[in-house]
Amino acid sequence: MTEAFRDRIDIALTVNGEAVEGRVPAGRHLIDFLRLDLGLTGSHASCEHGVCGACTIHVDGQAVRGCLMLAAQADGAEVWTLEGLTETGVIRDLQDAFVERNALQCGYCTPGMLASIKELLDMGGVPDRATIREHLSGNYCRCTGYEAIIDAVESVAKARAGEAAA
Amino acid sequence: MTISFGNPDRPNSYIGKTVPRPNAPRLVQGRGKYVDDIVLPRMAHVVFVRSPHAHAKIGAIDTAEAAAVKGVLRIFTGADIAEVCTPWVAVLAHLKGLKSPPQHALAVDRACWVGDPVVAVVATSRAAAEEAAALVEVDYAPLPAVTDMMSALDADTPVLHPDMGDNLAFRRLHEEGDVEAAFASAHKVVEARFKTARHTGVTLEPRSILVDWNPAEGQMTAWHATQAPHMMQTVFAKHLDLPEGRVRVICDDVGGSYGIKVHVYPDEVATAAIAKIMARPIKFVADRLESFTTDIHARDHEIGARIAVDETGKILAMDIDDWTAIGAYSVYPRTSAIEGNQVVNLCGGPYDFAHYRAQTSVVFQNKTPTCQYRAVGHPIAVAVTEGLVDMAAAELGMDPVEIRRRNMYADDAYPVTSPAKMRFEGLSHHASMDKLMALMDYEGLRAEQAELRKKGIHRGIGIASFIELTNPSPFMYGIGGARISAQDGCTVRMDPDGSIVALSGVTEQGQGTEAMLAQIVAEGVGVAPGRVRVITGDTQVTPYGGGTWASRGAGIGGEAALQSALALKGSILEVAGAMLQAPADALDIRDGQVVDTATGEARMPLEELGRIVYFRGDTLPKGLPRELVQTRHFITSDYPFAFTNGVQASYLEVDTGTGEVKLLKHWCVEDCGRIINPQLVDEQIRGGIVQGLGGALFEEIHYDEDGQLLNGSMADYLVPMAAEMPDMVIGHVETPTMESTLGAKGAGEAGTAGAPAAVMNAINDALRPLGAQVTAMPFTPERILRAMGQIED
Ligand code: FES
Ligand code: FES
Repeated sequence: MTEAFRDRIDIALTVNGEAVEGRVPAGRHLIDFLRLDLGLTGSHASCEHGVCGACTIHVDGQAVRGCLMLAAQADGAEVWTLEGLTETGVIRDLQDAFVERNALQCGYCTPGMLASIKELLDMGGVPDRATIREHLSGNYCRCTGYEAIIDAVESVAKARAGEAAA
Repeated sequence: MTISFGNPDRPNSYIGKTVPRPNAPRLVQGRGKYVDDIVLPRMAHVVFVRSPHAHAKIGAIDTAEAAAVKGVLRIFTGADIAEVCTPWVAVLAHLKGLKSPPQHALAVDRACWVGDPVVAVVATSRAAAEEAAALVEVDYAPLPAVTDMMSALDADTPVLHPDMGDNLAFRRLHEEGDVEAAFASAHKVVEARFKTARHTGVTLEPRSILVDWNPAEGQMTAWHATQAPHMMQTVFAKHLDLPEGRVRVICDDVGGSYGIKVHVYPDEVATAAIAKIMARPIKFVADRLESFTTDIHARDHEIGARIAVDETGKILAMDIDDWTAIGAYSVYPRTSAIEGNQVVNLCGGPYDFAHYRAQTSVVFQNKTPTCQYRAVGHPIAVAVTEGLVDMAAAELGMDPVEIRRRNMYADDAYPVTSPAKMRFEGLSHHASMDKLMALMDYEGLRAEQAELRKKGIHRGIGIASFIELTNPSPFMYGIGGARISAQDGCTVRMDPDGSIVALSGVTEQGQGTEAMLAQIVAEGVGVAPGRVRVITGDTQVTPYGGGTWASRGAGIGGEAALQSALALKGSILEVAGAMLQAPADALDIRDGQVVDTATGEARMPLEELGRIVYFRGDTLPKGLPRELVQTRHFITSDYPFAFTNGVQASYLEVDTGTGEVKLLKHWCVEDCGRIINPQLVDEQIRGGIVQGLGGALFEEIHYDEDGQLLNGSMADYLVPMAAEMPDMVIGHVETPTMESTLGAKGAGEAGTAGAPAAVMNAINDALRPLGAQVTAMPFTPERILRAMGQIED
């Protein structure tokens, strides 16, 4: 075995609000730890080198690529995946808008898309379409052609801004 | 029973409405079930050692070091797999002369492209299998590689498969009328060479399969990301020597297909063979490099083409010489001759003209095999046709829309047979064009373009009319001997609580099949769509069918669903009639209630009927039929294919300094017959357009002359991303097919068919005043600058 897989490291972190401990090979990527060790298959892997955005999750409040980060680096971190974001209801409006606007087809890009979009929406305000497109330019979707996704994000941003103003 | 589609206020009017997809909430909550999400007891992982050479003899294979890696269970060579798995030959009888050598699941003594699987390593974890695979030593003796398309048939080019005699896999010449005479007497002749680049599907979910063989039951189960579960059932059974009835293929969520996942891949068959040998579940998930080197490629074409027109712009003749290189093998079982064949069938498609000659030459190469990918052949045929038509218009000083209007089949001309011998039941080219003109404000855009041109801003408007082949009959594959079902079936049943279950042989790949089926069944039976549960993708559960390809799901699977739903409604009403002492035809089902047809008065909820039938059948008259399960199948028979039509437009700006293209807007008006779910159709069109835009602007697989693939990663192979894509306006004309009650034709591929041509014509419209023209896709900044003479070397 190469060292990256022979050497094991103890980690303790919070995933979706639950305390998790694990002993992981040093070379194990965070996305594999989540999917294989914790069974959190709501996050997906695709290119495995940081280009497609399918593996995007939240670590310490930021959207990161789960395929670029090692599980060992997440020691002590607070990690949120789509399963947890769903349970807490923080993106329910966005999820509803995705369903309503059919902003997903095969759904493989969707967990990563939602994580990236959450980051944008958390900044507040109503981003214009070009800004939304720019923000999502690291998330590849082969199915939708993006427009429905942009529409969904725009509608949620507007609704949230409307509520904030009211 | 018929449905008055013309009346939007009819009861249960779900067909034609946007209803939400039942599977979407699951997917937005991270509750999908893709193959890689499935873990089985004793599951092992297989990783393949692949040829690093485009062409090489395979010598000794040393696996000792690899076998010593902790976790490795077994290592298989081509010879090992060949003991349990027979090779295949991908030919079809109706493609006369098509040839291809036998192909093994693992290469046995010769590797024929970079990525050809040679050795399989099985381990308890994927990481261990990957590590061991890197330690397998294969003695390769490189052989000369055939990599250039146009010289593949030259006398001094080596023959890739000596047994085949030469490098020509297939050739077809079609000739209609007197082409030479038409060209000789024409007012103008325009000639050009076109290129479409070799590209690939880049499904976000890589190809994935998990196969278990249970010798105690004598049953193989494959969880497979596929578009054609029944076809795969047949293939596994045939090549692994199992009874077909003992192979079950299950297809849960699939992360994108677009034609990529409708083919037989050697590594997937090898995975099944290994499961059979080891009698335990084996999982294979391609990594991204494997996706690029082993997913089918497509669209590697070079076309010499000319068009003859008279002074009024009437098309007199077209002459097409298409070449395509398909890689080392024709792909099983659909073959790799279909794409070239489609180019012959589809060029000139929208236009009423008499003299047509087209030839396709399909050659072997030491590259990844090519095969059917979304809109098979259409983007090529449409680019060539529409490119020529625009060039002819420019030559005549005629508006591109006007020349099309003068040549498109009149909307009342149908049925007609095209010079390519395609039969059109009913199309709407003129109505579609009129609608497009209004949607895009063509005149207004032309004025804006002219205004901006004065300021040195080069915008272009490109139009592309097209036809699209959908709803295939057995004429596509079945008559050639392939066990690929053109028929499809649906079973619909009512359970005691009045809820409906529909089992269908077409599959869900994200396009919304299950939603479409749910609303058809809902309308057919007379319940709300939410009361219908749709099950697809399990060969042991659903009726036998073809799956998802060639835009057949709605037109064929949908009609089977409608007929089975109407039949179930008939049997429910028969029971209801007996219970309510009313003639069955005086009753109807609306929103889950049996009602009086005339007054709409509620007589009995379906739950009550279900309770009686299932639990108190003693109270019903003896002998009363009470079959609350009905199955119907559908196959098209009047026409080999149901053609659709449409027209797209692109508006873009070319930066003449950098050669960059900015897409400003895109329009598509198309006619897929009866629309079942407007939102799903529009999103299919949009997704398809963007896939076509990728081919037009970005996507190209590069090989060097030794056959090494140069851009096998998503960082190096460019795909359309959100920032570069335009908003798209979609419009429809509806000409239902008369072949079915439903009247639906396919909608999934039209976007891809026309988009590249529209972009090409728009770029050339922008460049024309500068005396430049591009015809080789993708239209990269470099190619555009070269066309303008700003780069020369
Ligand atoms: S899988 Fe992480 S970015 Fe593609
Ligand atoms: S929905 Fe399929 S990749 Fe985005």
